[in-house]
Amino acid sequence: MAASDADKFSVLLPTYNERENLPLVVWLLARTFRESGTDFEIVIIDDGSPDGTREVAEQLEKLYGPERIVTRGFTSVLFSSGTAYIHGMKHATGNFIIIMDADLSHHVSLYSIKQKEGNFDIVSGTRYKGNGGVYGWDLKRKLISRGANFITQVLLRPGASDLTGSFRLYRKEVLQKLMEKCVSKGYVFQMEMIVRARQLGYTVGEVPISFVDRVYGESKLGGNEIVSFLKGLLTLFATT
Amino acid sequence: MTKLCQWLLGLALLGSAWAALTLTPQGLCLPAPYREVLLPLPIYLLVAFGCYSLATVGYRLATFNDCEEAAAELRGDIAAARADLRRRGLRA
Repeated sequence: MAASDADKFSVLLPTYNERENLPLVVWLLARTFRESGTDFEIVIIDDGSPDGTREVAEQLEKLYGPERIVTRGFTSVLFSSGTAYIHGMKHATGNFIIIMDADLSHHVSLYSIKQKEGNFDIVSGTRYKGNGGVYGWDLKRKLISRGANFITQVLLRPGASDLTGSFRLYRKEVLQKLMEKCVSKGYVFQMEMIVRARQLGYTVGEVPISFVDRVYGESKLGGNEIVSFLKGLLTLFATT
Repeated sequence: MTKLCQWLLGLALLGSAWAALTLTPQGLCLPAPYREVLLPLPIYLLVAFGCYSLATVGYRLATFNDCEEAAAELRGDIAAARADLRRRGLRA
């Protein structure tokens, strides 16, 4: 089914030390959804942030109302992205789930979130196609990104141009099914989701996104990240 | 079948076909010129793939979009968001 007026979108936002970003992301999301007249809710899953993110989330819940902002279900055990989503889904009441980083990397107002939902089971944001792109990346970072993506395409043939970006829209049942099947941790988990989705026959659409480099804080892309990426990639290569 | 298995299977099939044609003495009665071409073929293909990879990554690197307008728009949005939230009583 394509998106209709009866649809509700649940945005899952895992946060860790996003005290400054969180209100801005919520504000942008709320504006985008209101402008398109879409029913929505934002589920904030905080990982016990020491910087007061949780208090900000609770303020936002008062500001926007508990139907729009859901902040129940905090844990303070350090968990990876995968378990944050499982946790978040328990509290999500929408029939479409949006997963995105709460760090302002994804410029929310660029996507007409409903638009690309031409009956796809999954819609994935891509930095590599159309007018998707990045901002504030030096040549080295771009090269590593393109190189890593090329190796991924050759080895996994995933049918999606960008596996490591993290803006995705899923049908709720599809996400639940995939969560059961995927075992990786961290961002390799995101890659595994798309690969398994193709294997299970789900349809994947793409939307160009612009990845604006973190306005606050720093991004991490050191030697360690590269090594762990390759390990994750080879694991997927051998197991999917 | 996993991707790894697919690759191993493909390599095994092609490898054994190539070996049968070029490495055996009779070579399935293939004329000499064909054998001369087939023998270095794996290396040629590897080099060709290497060149293709470099060219592709290079091209994609060169055409990687820089989103100037998106960044500017975002900065404007952030300013608007902060002003609005402050007005509505958010204490950050």
